[in-house]
Amino acid sequence: MMLKEEFPILKRNVHGRQLIYLDSSATMQKPQQVLDALQHFYTTSNANVHRVVHTLGEEATALYEQTRKKVADFIHADAEEIVFTKGTTDSINILARMLESCVQPGDEVMISAMEHHSNLIPWQQLCKRRNAKLIIVGMNKDYEIDAADLKAKLSAKTKIVSFVHVSHVLGTINPVQALIKTIRNKNKDTRIVVDGAQAIAHLDVDVRTLDCDFYVFSAHKMYGPTGVGVLYGKKTLLDKLEPASFGGGMITSVSFEKSTWLDSPHAFEPGTPNIADVVVFGSAIDFMQRKDVQKAREQEKELITFAYAELSKLPGVTILGPQDCSKRSGLIAFTVKEGHLLHPHDLATGLDRYGIAVRAGHHCAMPLHKKLGIDASTRMSFGVYNTKEDVKTALEALKKTIATLKK
Amino acid sequence: MKTEMKTETIKEQIGKESIDPNQIGEGPLTEEQQIYKENILDHYRYPHHKGTLSNATLMHTEHNPLCGDVITMHLMIKNNQITDVKFDGHGCTISQASASMLTDKLQGMITVDVKKITRDEIMEMIGVPLGPVRSRCALLALRTVMKGLENLQ
Repeated sequence: MMLKEEFPILKRNVHGRQLIYLDSSATMQKPQQVLDALQHFYTTSNANVHRVVHTLGEEATALYEQTRKKVADFIHADAEEIVFTKGTTDSINILARMLESCVQPGDEVMISAMEHHSNLIPWQQLCKRRNAKLIIVGMNKDYEIDAADLKAKLSAKTKIVSFVHVSHVLGTINPVQALIKTIRNKNKDTRIVVDGAQAIAHLDVDVRTLDCDFYVFSAHKMYGPTGVGVLYGKKTLLDKLEPASFGGGMITSVSFEKSTWLDSPHAFEPGTPNIADVVVFGSAIDFMQRKDVQKAREQEKELITFAYAELSKLPGVTILGPQDCSKRSGLIAFTVKEGHLLHPHDLATGLDRYGIAVRAGHHCAMPLHKKLGIDASTRMSFGVYNTKEDVKTALEALKKTIATLKK
Repeated sequence: MKTEMKTETIKEQIGKESIDPNQIGEGPLTEEQQIYKENILDHYRYPHHKGTLSNATLMHTEHNPLCGDVITMHLMIKNNQITDVKFDGHGCTISQASASMLTDKLQGMITVDVKKITRDEIMEMIGVPLGPVRSRCALLALRTVMKGLENLQ
């Protein structure tokens, strides 16, 4: 059976045609086993976690913690190093608060030119609060984070470096391990954050090998539910850092004068967490680790190479990011010029009329688009359910749309 | 097949009122539903009142951060009446066509009447059904005029 068959949403029609979903970088569709898991949890084991001693509470807690273990295994970490959040954005915002005390006036926080707004604004605002400076590392000619520029800009003042593993616009797989090594060699106390939102579903991530301090990502970009994110942090660091928010479920004792915290990760998860979705996330990881899905993940490279080659044959199309598809992951963003630059939203709306879902706009990366000299781009992105047929159909529809819009 | 059975069960449990995922958007597009109708494409390709007014009474720019649409409205206002209007900017078909259509409407209007123009009137003018996301493109020109008039006071 084709994997596509396991995604009920892909059976629906859009404007009279069967949906072709090419917007997985925004959010992925969910397989039946994940949908079933959600219903199963609410119909069998729903209860609050960590403070309820009845049977349901024990079951819910066990399932919740099981997902933590699955996530840890998935990225080669320990369960105590996995903090559940609302999503990647939330993880970075929490980190920017947790790391605030590491940054003194005059210090520097470094990000790259290709960051999503979610890995830019939290640091920009931290710098504002602490009177620190936000330093931007440029790109090299292969659209990777420029290692030489990074090295040149690093100093004893650099307290945090946060950058993206896979760019959600360029599709670049950044040489994360080498970049981290460069930072460590220069300044071993710099805290290193990696935004793995676009990498986690497509690459094998090993946080131990990467040697980052923190790695963040979202469940909904790995065939799981929305509303769940992960903040991986090295145990030694999590133990030292203060929580960014407070409430029930995170304390060892509370008086009116002072409170003390549980060990990580529980110190960082105050209040009732998104229990059901965390549990369901576990089943999304099970899905990703199935042999046939693993195989489909490996074949994504082939699909991207095919899509890149076919798309670049169309007149007027300029593809953003690296030409070498072995350095790409998950997505292809492009612009179309037919006399003038066709607006990505017009292209996306045109494609939608053929039942094809793509993303258009600045993709929450305004500074990057400005750097590339464009306002917006159109993006096709892939999941294990996509086929070469999907790409062919999409490109036929793209040709028709271009013909309609052309002056 | 197993998966379809599961969907059926979920549907049954949600109830008969729920949306049937297989029925959404069923059937081919009617003439009415076509988004890039000639009317819109004509305004986009050959916009009315495109340009600037060097001595405008009112000049205001608004952005649609969603897709990077930019509209600048230039109005010449004499005795509360719009005597001349131009628009400038760039962006998607919908944003530019709706600006062009709006300038036709604005020409000669009394400013108090301009302030009464509703969202629905603009959507009717565009004449194609738009979802909440693309509606923002359609409404950018009106928003620009409204904000500009507010600033004028």
